[in-house]
Amino acid sequence: MALTRDQMAQRVAAELENGFYVNLGIGIPTLVANFIADDVDVMLQSENGLLGMGEFPTEDEIDADMINAGKQTVTAVRGASIFSSAESFAMIRGGHVDLTVLGAFEVDTQGNIASYMIPGKLIKGMGGAMDLVAGADNIIVMMTHASKGGESKLLTKCSLPLTGAACIRKVLTDLAYLEIKDGKFHLLERAPGVSVEQIAELTEGELVIPAHVPEMQI
Amino acid sequence: MSGFDKVVGSYEEALAGLTDGMTIIAGGFGLCGIPENLIAEIKRIGAKELTIVSNNCGVDDFGLGLLLEDQQVKKMISSYVGENQLFMEQLLNGSLEVELTPQGTLAEKMRAGGAGIPAFYTATGYGTAVGDGKETKEFGGRNYILEESITGEFAIVKGWKADRYGNTIYRDTAMNFNPMAATAGKITVMEVEEIVEPGELDPCHIHTPGIYVDRLIQGTFEKRIEQRTLRAV
Repeated sequence: MALTRDQMAQRVAAELENGFYVNLGIGIPTLVANFIADDVDVMLQSENGLLGMGEFPTEDEIDADMINAGKQTVTAVRGASIFSSAESFAMIRGGHVDLTVLGAFEVDTQGNIASYMIPGKLIKGMGGAMDLVAGADNIIVMMTHASKGGESKLLTKCSLPLTGAACIRKVLTDLAYLEIKDGKFHLLERAPGVSVEQIAELTEGELVIPAHVPEMQI
Repeated sequence: MSGFDKVVGSYEEALAGLTDGMTIIAGGFGLCGIPENLIAEIKRIGAKELTIVSNNCGVDDFGLGLLLEDQQVKKMISSYVGENQLFMEQLLNGSLEVELTPQGTLAEKMRAGGAGIPAFYTATGYGTAVGDGKETKEFGGRNYILEESITGEFAIVKGWKADRYGNTIYRDTAMNFNPMAATAGKITVMEVEEIVEPGELDPCHIHTPGIYVDRLIQGTFEKRIEQRTLRAV
């Protein structure tokens, strides 16, 4: 079975280490925050200028001056800090954030990512996504492996306008966990109940399949 | 020390000299920390053909979206737009131009502009449409693009507290782009929730030193919330 969004978030959460500063992109990546282990302390970075993003507020706590990068009202955790957007992107561009998780439309075997624009459709902008992929060393892309029509999103070459070039190394899809290395996708893990053949069929870019592909622990 | 008193008596005075064709740098992220009364005053003045540098462009009836109603904006330099219907209409009919700029690059363009740095190299956007036509250079085996900084005839900024000399403190994430915007205007206009006497704010808590602020005014703010999200209790 393909992973649900929550299961995908659960798998990515297992990559979080104690003491990590983490930026979670808008959409599925935000779900990762729901699955952080009790013995792991992480600080969530919100690129408008908050390190230590907390839960959504209660009615009593709501404050127009406290929002996250998705413009949602939020709170700050104990030990948080607040700063300007230039400072925030200095952290991101300077490689100080330990892990960045973001969504994508397509990735390819060269580590390119397309995530912000579909030509002919409404163009709203890249926000901070180009800065995040260019600045972070450790990025996990979370996405569905293929479109609803069964077209692969793991390609030899991205067809949509790029958010970043040669910057992605890890991809978690609803079917598999993969690494991009030497111009190929390398299959690291498969979702429970999903066969290597199913993954291979839905991966358009070259896929390296080791002799043993462990099943994900969810 | 009255030579340092930046307080002006009215919003009209705060934006005196703002005319057609100017570039205006605005603080704010979404509707958070936006100089809402200064934006409303630009609407009242009616200046047209404006270039606005701001991360976003407000919503249909609030924030910078207000300036779209009378087609006052020629060009937006932003990282994320289109939360408003009017914006998309004017973009599609060609009366409004948009230069999409990555958020960190936008913040740095303002910061560099205010610091007298004409351009800087960044990896952000290399190999994408943002890098098209821009000079590139390799440093330490990585490729970077050259981005030019931005300054404006006016900067409109929203602070929380300031003293009469313009020394300003922002509140929570309403800080966002405001400190950089404050440095990047030939004339920087700061509107705040409270003006206090010099000496009342701790000098080491000042976010924007008064040297950047030319005009200061106290306003009242609606502070509209764009995405009201609550947790269940």
